[in-house]
Amino acid sequence: MATTAAPERASADPGRALPSRRPLGRWLSDHLVLIVGILVLLYIFVPIGYIFALSFNQPSGRSATATFDAFTWSNWTSICEPEGLCDSLKLSFGVSITATVLATLLGTLMAFALVRHSFRGRASANLLIFLPMATPEVVMGSSLLAMFVSVGFDSVLGFITIVIAHVLFCLSFVVVTVKARLAGMDSRLEQAAMDLYANEWQTFRLVTLPLAMPGIVAAAMLSFSLSFDDFIVTNFTSGQSVTFPLYVYGSKLKEFPAQLFVVGTLMFLVSFVFVIAGEIWRRRRARH
Amino acid sequence: MTSGPSQAPATGAPVVDGETAKRRGWGWLLLVPGMLYLAVFFVFPTIQLFFTSLYDPSGSFERGYAMTWQFGNYLDAVRDTWNLFVRSFAYAGIATVVCLVLGYPLAYAIAFKSGRWKNFMLVLVIAPFFTSFLLRTLAWRTILSDQGPVTSFLQTIGMLPDDGRLLATPVAVIAGLIYNFMPFMTLPLYASLDKVDYRLVEAAGDLYSSPFTGFRKVTFPLSLPGVVSGTLLTFIPACGDYINAELLGTPKQYMVGNRIQSAFLTEHNYPLAASLSLILMLVVVLMVFVYVRRAGTEDLL
Repeated sequence: MATTAAPERASADPGRALPSRRPLGRWLSDHLVLIVGILVLLYIFVPIGYIFALSFNQPSGRSATATFDAFTWSNWTSICEPEGLCDSLKLSFGVSITATVLATLLGTLMAFALVRHSFRGRASANLLIFLPMATPEVVMGSSLLAMFVSVGFDSVLGFITIVIAHVLFCLSFVVVTVKARLAGMDSRLEQAAMDLYANEWQTFRLVTLPLAMPGIVAAAMLSFSLSFDDFIVTNFTSGQSVTFPLYVYGSKLKEFPAQLFVVGTLMFLVSFVFVIAGEIWRRRRARH
Repeated sequence: MTSGPSQAPATGAPVVDGETAKRRGWGWLLLVPGMLYLAVFFVFPTIQLFFTSLYDPSGSFERGYAMTWQFGNYLDAVRDTWNLFVRSFAYAGIATVVCLVLGYPLAYAIAFKSGRWKNFMLVLVIAPFFTSFLLRTLAWRTILSDQGPVTSFLQTIGMLPDDGRLLATPVAVIAGLIYNFMPFMTLPLYASLDKVDYRLVEAAGDLYSSPFTGFRKVTFPLSLPGVVSGTLLTFIPACGDYINAELLGTPKQYMVGNRIQSAFLTEHNYPLAASLSLILMLVVVLMVFVYVRRAGTEDLL
């Protein structure tokens, strides 16, 4: 691929070769992929719409049922009313933030070592990092529980053991994500910085780290969402503690408070706003 | 670590050899904390799980277990639950294929057809999955229920008999798997497709290939790394999942994950649970290796 780039030119219209087709048919074939894509997107949003609608539901019984009985705002003003709901949210945030920080830190270091440095045993290191990703969650959760019990951790099952487990399954995803970013980076930029008398630390802080940042941020976001939403591994390692997914699962067995739908809607809205705000900030910065 | 042609920069700049850019020295020390973590919390528990799987199954949680090197545990596990394994791999396989069929057009549309709405569409793909997956699966349970809109619609147009149902069938469980693992398929596909130099596709058109041939010979091969990592990231968690089978199915649709979970947490039959876990892990890892080999994307590992 070391040839010179092809000259820029207008993109070929795929419909041009067949001028005899009717306009509608041509428009459809040009936009078919887009239409299918938007349909799939709509499908992704079906349950979100359901959750959103049910968050305004005034259930007739004690449990928020499937049917929409009456409109109310009261679920939105009484999020913490169901017993234990807000405690579970607090625990989930604590666990996810801790696990995300630890996994991102450990994983980023590993990614740098793997992409930037050569040493013996790299292939085995890559394999060891890949294996947790190829391990189904039940297996990971059950083996961790067995270990915690056997080393006498069963009395402290809770925050610490959940964090240990979450860091474990986030770690490989962080390494892979950051590695992909580092592998696509042009190392000549760093050489140029060194040529301009920047020392190793300055080069790292002013050139390497800013270039790697989008990968690191993506890895942290991925870790957070994996950790916050995890049920299977947490179910094994939580002892008596209840994270938000465990709370939802527990509620399904008894009465199901409508406030859970409020939390679900809020999680969607907050993440949506966050990502959009990040995008606007990125565009602003790109313009200056 | 071979690097495929798709990884070469398409800017026309001379390729910097990846190996020469790497430094020797003490950089590997950066690996140590993470590797120690994996050793203590992944390798060690897995070895321990192996020993657990060889305990005398007549022991119990209260009385403790005796180590009798009971390799027969594996035979018992396979004999009693082989149908669960077959079902798990079948459900996960079907879900993976459907995810690919649905996720590919979506990723393609975002990468090539969305114009300045690209990032917005990407956000729309990711954001729903920040809502708890248990809540979403419970929402599907309502949507697919006997009085729900989908069942009534299918009954009205005659695709489902009047007493037919969706909930508590394999269809519902597989649909749940498809839905829950969709982003794991779409995002790697998008990452791969977004890197494809569209001028190569245009060049194929200029050389009189039909759009379909151009896709088959140019776009799809270039997106192969995304296809492989997407299918793996969908298939692996789908194999071990038990939430969809539990919430959308009945014990008749239970997968091997349900059995492992109940053996561990309800029956406290640790030898059985451990041997099932290890068989599942081994089969999944083997499948992954064969698949990655065949697809020629070893550098993915």
